[in-house]
Amino acid sequence: MTNVSEIDLTGMKCPMPIVHLTKLMKTLDDGDEVTAFATDPAFCLDVEAWCKRTGHELVELVNSENRVSAKICKTETQE
Amino acid sequence: MSHFQCEQIMTDLLAETTVDRTAELARRVDALERRLTSKENTLSLVVFSNEFDKLMAAFTIATGAAACGMKVSMFFTFWATAALKKQGRQAGGKSIVERMFGWILPGGFKKQKLSKLDMAGMGRWMMGREMDRKNIASLEELVASADELGVQIGVCEMAMSLMGIRPEELINYSDLDYCGVATMLDRSSESNTTLFI
Repeated sequence: MTNVSEIDLTGMKCPMPIVHLTKLMKTLDDGDEVTAFATDPAFCLDVEAWCKRTGHELVELVNSENRVSAKICKTETQE
Repeated sequence: MSHFQCEQIMTDLLAETTVDRTAELARRVDALERRLTSKENTLSLVVFSNEFDKLMAAFTIATGAAACGMKVSMFFTFWATAALKKQGRQAGGKSIVERMFGWILPGGFKKQKLSKLDMAGMGRWMMGREMDRKNIASLEELVASADELGVQIGVCEMAMSLMGIRPEELINYSDLDYCGVATMLDRSSESNTTLFI
């Protein structure tokens, strides 16, 4: 079953949002979904780049009123 | 030897070399691909400066890269080696010159000067206050995150001995080893990006 969770990254500045996201991802299983909330203006672009590098799927990205929410699906990359 | 026999031998030889060549090429393509893919995801940083702002940049890039799934290795040399010292008393058994290095280059990240506008510590203090206010991760937090995400640190053995820094004076960090330029070059040639800070 897909596990759905949330992580609050509001108030954090670069690079801490992606650092905390990475730590959380390590505890999840393949296919699990997490929605991250952040207020760091850099997070909108950074989370896209982070997904590109790590291979996790960016399901949804919403940027409104200085608040970014990103829904990410954990995708294990084959080495 | 008949014309037919000659032709047969030629065809056999050709087939043999084609198979050999194909195998050889496949092996080379494999090796190249392995090198490319392993390189793609590796970052190497040479940290030379002990200035607070430059250390912030170095550890921000290192933790960010590690979070993006890159293998990161940092090489600390010269003044940066001194910045890896813990705050506190110097180790015993040092020469006078080594002790002087210790006084001039105090340990502890909070003691490291800014490259600009340090103003005898005033600038540093203001910067620290602003970082707290704006919830920007401190250098200590960044180093702890780097440690947690498996960033590798290599410390220049030559700089250690030049400045009389003892291993027990350095911060506690899991993946830390003492090495020389050959190791640094080996690690950086395995990376697709090398930065000097």
